[in-house]
Amino acid sequence: MSVEVAGMGRAKADGPLKLAVPRGALLGETLDALDAIGVDTSEVRGESRSLIFETEGLTLVTMRPSDVPTYVEAGAADVGITGKDVLLEQSDRVVYELLDLGFGRCRMVLAGRKGDESLGEAERRLGMMRIATKYPKTAERHFEATGRQVEVIEVKGSIELAPLIGLADGIVDLVATGRTLRENDLEVREEILTCTARFVANRVAHKLRAREVDGLTAKLREGLSR
Amino acid sequence: MIHPIPPGTRDVLPEEMRELRRLHLAMIEVFESRGYGEVATPAIEYDEVLARGDGRTADSAYRFFDERGDLLALRSDMTVPIARLVASRYANAEPPLRLCYLANAFRAVRPQRGQMREFAQAGVELIGAPAPDGTAEVVEVLEATLDAAGLSRAVIGLGDADLYRQLLTEFGIEGEARDAILGRLAAHDLVGLEVELSELDGIGDEQAATCVALSQLRGGREVLEEARSLGGAAVERATARIGETFEALEARGVADRVQIDLGLLRDLGYYSGAILEVYDPALGHVLGGGGRYDELLKRFGVDLPAAGFALYLERVHVAQMEESRGGESS
Repeated sequence: MSVEVAGMGRAKADGPLKLAVPRGALLGETLDALDAIGVDTSEVRGESRSLIFETEGLTLVTMRPSDVPTYVEAGAADVGITGKDVLLEQSDRVVYELLDLGFGRCRMVLAGRKGDESLGEAERRLGMMRIATKYPKTAERHFEATGRQVEVIEVKGSIELAPLIGLADGIVDLVATGRTLRENDLEVREEILTCTARFVANRVAHKLRAREVDGLTAKLREGLSR
Repeated sequence: MIHPIPPGTRDVLPEEMRELRRLHLAMIEVFESRGYGEVATPAIEYDEVLARGDGRTADSAYRFFDERGDLLALRSDMTVPIARLVASRYANAEPPLRLCYLANAFRAVRPQRGQMREFAQAGVELIGAPAPDGTAEVVEVLEATLDAAGLSRAVIGLGDADLYRQLLTEFGIEGEARDAILGRLAAHDLVGLEVELSELDGIGDEQAATCVALSQLRGGREVLEEARSLGGAAVERATARIGETFEALEARGVADRVQIDLGLLRDLGYYSGAILEVYDPALGHVLGGGGRYDELLKRFGVDLPAAGFALYLERVHVAQMEESRGGESS
């Protein structure tokens, strides 16, 4: 049974645990992981435009991956699944990271135009690289940690465009297969970190609904190792 | 015309003020009825005096020079100012001292709902009453305060501030690695904690597993047994301290709402021994916390054990409203 989004209160300890489920690239494997622990995800997989799905023992709330920390921190969702890239970018959100789910593996990289030296040249001659990214905090942290000065330019859409038409010398982005980079004549220059999907919990839910949260964590862990 | 105020601060208008005042009075009445006298201290103090209490807390977000060039700071809690007050004004008083307050404090936070840079705290300080009975008295007052606020479903987490410091010392982990692990534990980043532990030389898999497993233990008395089965002198000492506190709570008949939590870490540096955190199912944020700070008064020249708690008044108010709403709909 699916229900309307209206009327959803602030944190409520009543009823089944609310799990924030990421739409987009992580959705398929998230649902597979839920299937593996006996959660019925057929409604979510269907054509329904609903955002909330009641299953036996778990309410699934679907949203953008980048909204998962927001909902979980506030307690509107008790637990959630999202990428480590999202958690790093929103590291000021207080959520408990309970489990590395292993799937959704991708790399955060620094990329530049193939055969083009503008990245190195900018650094050498101007002392500063211009980097376009959807992950400004992660990018800034990386360059700070490696002692380089950059101008981080936040863009929302197709980041590959930025170095191609001269907005930036390079980009920091997430790559899974590297196909988008290749098709846009870009290449990986540095690996920054590897990201996978994580299971997170609200701080209060982790305390007050300890048994349910621990039970779900254990089942997910077990489901993964199978 | 709109004239802005800084983010994370706010105006309070009459309707809300009336409710806050009622809540405030209900809380102070509980404190006073148990012999806690209300005090007020200045919002601005000398930075070096606050820093004496806790280097990290006194690293206030708001510091400035006065007309004489002295460095002043806005207080970030009331525990340090009250420690200062006790040392200055009650140095020769017969302990225990019972003091309470409702006061605004200031911290740098990311402004969002329920997280403000200026916020009101209501709390008590019990000075000169050692563990475990002093701790039990503070928990008893805390429970009565939550009841007076209508938060009968609220839960109090009870942990131990020294557990991980002593455990890591026992494991021989020092310096940066120790800070990194304590940081992961405080953030409750289990994935990062496991990575951090696995990258350490000189710590066995079993010890790493103990550290991770301990941080997940929370519940009734039985978790003390589970913790002990993981072994080690630090665990033994911490569970003994928590066990004694729990017995003192049972003796006062106030143990029912207390959840033993070995994963608890408070981010303030002055805690030692028992630490407390308060949750209500109606709110996704922590309502407040406290614990023992037996070493704090010493830093001000008075060697007295102490314990206390502070509740965020505005968060208690939000939870109170949510709880009363829940009551209407069910």
